[in-house]
Amino acid sequence: MQVGKPILYSYFRSSCSWRVRIALALKNMDYETITINLTKDGGQQFSEEFQALNPMKQVPALKIDGITIGQSLAIIEYLEETRPTPRLLPQDPKKRAHVRMISHLLASGIQPLQNLSVLKQVGPENQLTWAQQAISSGFNALEQILQSTAGKYCVGDEVSMADLCLAPQVANADRFKVDLTPYPTISRINKSLLALEAFQVSHPCRQPDTPPELRA
Amino acid sequence: MQVGKVCVMHPGREALLRNREKSWGARSKPILYSYFRSSCSWRVRIALALKNMDYETITINLTKDGGQQFSEEFQALNPMKQVPALKIDGITIGQSLAIIEYLEETRPTPRLLPQDPKKRAHVRMISHLLASGIQPLQNLSVLKQVGPENQLTWAQQAISSGFNALEQILQSTAGKYCVGDEVSMADLCLAPQVANADRFKVDLTPYPTISRINKSLLALEAFQVSHPCRQPDTPPELRA
Repeated sequence: MQVGKPILYSYFRSSCSWRVRIALALKNMDYETITINLTKDGGQQFSEEFQALNPMKQVPALKIDGITIGQSLAIIEYLEETRPTPRLLPQDPKKRAHVRMISHLLASGIQPLQNLSVLKQVGPENQLTWAQQAISSGFNALEQILQSTAGKYCVGDEVSMADLCLAPQVANADRFKVDLTPYPTISRINKSLLALEAFQVSHPCRQPDTPPELRA
Repeated sequence: MQVGKVCVMHPGREALLRNREKSWGARSKPILYSYFRSSCSWRVRIALALKNMDYETITINLTKDGGQQFSEEFQALNPMKQVPALKIDGITIGQSLAIIEYLEETRPTPRLLPQDPKKRAHVRMISHLLASGIQPLQNLSVLKQVGPENQLTWAQQAISSGFNALEQILQSTAGKYCVGDEVSMADLCLAPQVANADRFKVDLTPYPTISRINKSLLALEAFQVSHPCRQPDTPPELRA
């Protein structure tokens, strides 16, 4: 049975999509991208077609091996289990717990609070403060946690799922003008990550749907 | 000292090891930091109950004393200043799904995730839909920011919007429970979110599959012993 190339539904600027793009790059996986513009046409994620594919009406979604998976961390864990090298989670269960704890801190504790639909609800006058508050509050906790878990990267010296969540969140922090001075460990790790090829090819500034003015 | 194939130990050393084992045993019961009404704490309590694990509870009242999660002591333990947190095997883990996955990897029976990777993906997708897509948007600190006049509408919007998606997803994944016929991490996330939906007066009529599954889950012992109405810190008026 010929199984097609995986298809990633992605938006260039979506931090959740970027996490999965990094994972696919790290695992050297060939895939197609279908771009979903979250702001055009009232938001292409609300189309009947996309909603049938991903009822959550969010990116990313990955069509792979005959199924469609939403939720970036669910996608990444599936990739890890079916394409196990290179690893995105360490072997030791305690280190895995740290990787997941940091990943969830970022993916549940910060990002959903400053995503597009929440900011729409909060309203244009409050958006910036709201986003800054969500990010700083989460980064305060993360900076503290990293004191005990971090080596070269978030957990020890190997890139993990936690790092895939970190870099996109730092990019969001920059977008919302969060002062990163209180977070030297986060900044250091982010800098190391952005030097890696997988983080560069997957970067929002190099995507098929990156607007010309933002293109690298 | 080895004699043939039998290892013979010096009696003094044996006594030392026995005592050490005893004190390690006493120190080694996991400690769960929990609030009775926290849906995230409930997920972990269900997991611990399903895995028949003995543990201690330290209750953290999220509203008393300005919120006990903000104490210096608790913050040192869990910088996220949230419950649940689990002290186990010499480490402290925050984030309910990270805790549950750790329990699954170190105490693998009974399973909370199916064996098949595609089914595992569905379990995680649903778990994350609930744990990232709904709950954080209606947790205590966000509702505080939103303000008392807007809280109910805000929470209802977060929950209905998530449940709309989930009801649709369950059409293709659900059997007796969220994914097939075995209780999984997805179900551990579902029941507490339905309880929140009830608290915020969300009409569940549009979600018959969610309601059916929730009803089946609440009949299970692990979901009952861990229920918010039966916790050490459940207020008398809410106690079952």
